[in-house]
Amino acid sequence: MKGALSCLLALAAIVVLGGARDPILVPEVSQHEIDLQQGFNGTDLLLFGALLTPDGSRAAKDYDIVVVLKGPTQSIVLREKQKMAGIWVNAASTEFRSAPSYYAVASTRPIADIVDDKTAAIYELGLKWLQLSPIGAIDPEEQVRFAAGLVERNRDAGLYREDEGGVSVSEQVLYQARIRLPSQVPTGKYVAETFAITDGRVVASASSEVEVRKLGVDRAIANFSENYGFAYGLLAVFVSVGMGWLAGRLFALV
Amino acid sequence: MDVYLPIANLSVNGLVIVGLGAITGILSGMFGVGGGFLTTPLMIFYGIPPTVAAASAASQVTGASVSGVFFQSRRGGVDYKMGTVMVAGGIVGTGIGALLFRLLERIGQIDTVISILYVALLGSIGGLMAKESIQAIRAERSGVKIAARKRRHHPIIASLPMRWRFYRSGLYISPFAPLLLGCCVGILTMLMGIGGGFILVPAMLYILGMSANVVVGTSLWQILFTTIATTMMHAMTTQAVDIVLASMLLFGSVTGAQVGSQFAQKSSPVKLRLVLAIIVLMVALRMAFGLTYIPDDIYTVAPL
Repeated sequence: MKGALSCLLALAAIVVLGGARDPILVPEVSQHEIDLQQGFNGTDLLLFGALLTPDGSRAAKDYDIVVVLKGPTQSIVLREKQKMAGIWVNAASTEFRSAPSYYAVASTRPIADIVDDKTAAIYELGLKWLQLSPIGAIDPEEQVRFAAGLVERNRDAGLYREDEGGVSVSEQVLYQARIRLPSQVPTGKYVAETFAITDGRVVASASSEVEVRKLGVDRAIANFSENYGFAYGLLAVFVSVGMGWLAGRLFALV
Repeated sequence: MDVYLPIANLSVNGLVIVGLGAITGILSGMFGVGGGFLTTPLMIFYGIPPTVAAASAASQVTGASVSGVFFQSRRGGVDYKMGTVMVAGGIVGTGIGALLFRLLERIGQIDTVISILYVALLGSIGGLMAKESIQAIRAERSGVKIAARKRRHHPIIASLPMRWRFYRSGLYISPFAPLLLGCCVGILTMLMGIGGGFILVPAMLYILGMSANVVVGTSLWQILFTTIATTMMHAMTTQAVDIVLASMLLFGSVTGAQVGSQFAQKSSPVKLRLVLAIIVLMVALRMAFGLTYIPDDIYTVAPL
């Protein structure tokens, strides 16, 4: 709520200083922190907000809204399987310096109907326009094939999503979109961006952050495993030997 | 019942995992195998990353072999000298396995190599077991006894340098033979998440020529300590041991093992071996299918 308030104040300042005719976006997300812990089975993030004209009245025009939720980018190797000597093996690979670990986009209409390709590419609106920064020189055709492969793989894993028509606008003022985060979401800082578009032009945009993190016992386990490998191994051994021994003992009584 | 796995980074149905552990537990109780050869592939089919599956299965095998080792050592079924030499080899093997693992991961062939190893090993051993048990069943029916194989070690073993006496095994052979055997199984444990009992037992009988009444106990002893070493090695190198996953598997398998051993006492050992052979062959077949049939995921991602 504090965030929303400061947003409003900032917007008021823009109104006073700028006095432009562009509308004002007041975005909010339902959760700023997503906790991965026992019982977490994925969650829906609600991106919502209001679109106002500078004089505070409702936005009289129909605007298109596009929301994008993007996870931290990673450097990755993407491998492609090919059939060789009868079996499927990783035969080709390429590297990307900035592949988003998670990417979801939702819009009021198909993105191709809202903006032209150039604008879509500039704002990375849609899976087709992700800027993946391939490493090393590979020919453009191959690059397109690999990029499509990455999108396909992550879409199957539920980490890349596209929902054309996923944003609903009511009374030309309030918009909302529901974005699914599956249980295997990577941790890190996510950025939720909202764009208001009219006549193929982005007239307003705003962003806010969402932190995805492990919590409680699960965070302790992950940290323990990462930082104290030897002790963690001992604990795992202790647990397995202990359980095996205990079971033998208990069943001997039966 | 959703359980979030903090190392695998995904949530799974806890009952499925416990059930999976129980199935392998029943098998291990019935057949005296650790069951890693079944747990690891089943977890991979369920969607758990292969590395996490192999690493966590190793600690499940540890748990499954503990009570067996206690039982065998009470009845004098463990040749500690032989076992210790093999464990030493096994520890070296897990080290080599870890290096291989890293190398194969870097060139992107780890999954293929694991699958090929499964097909080759399970296919050949399952085939041998099936053949042997069918012969045994036939012999039982016709009343003709098969001549027992002579207990002898393989001629290559005799050519190795140095000789130690292993009293309980009834052997006077080079310690390099069990050391090498332990080492090979250690590599497989690290890569495949198996205990290796179904390789060790025939190798100890037919290659080393050990006396049959210490084979099972000594192999369990080797498996117990090699899987412990594997868990430690994975914890320190791949960091893929998921203790939540392993605990659920263990809970299922230690319970199942007790049920399985009750069951084993009531059924004929020859038929049990045939059933085990069929299960082993089915896993091999499923793996072969995965290698040759067009995969769901043509593309895979690994961090740089």
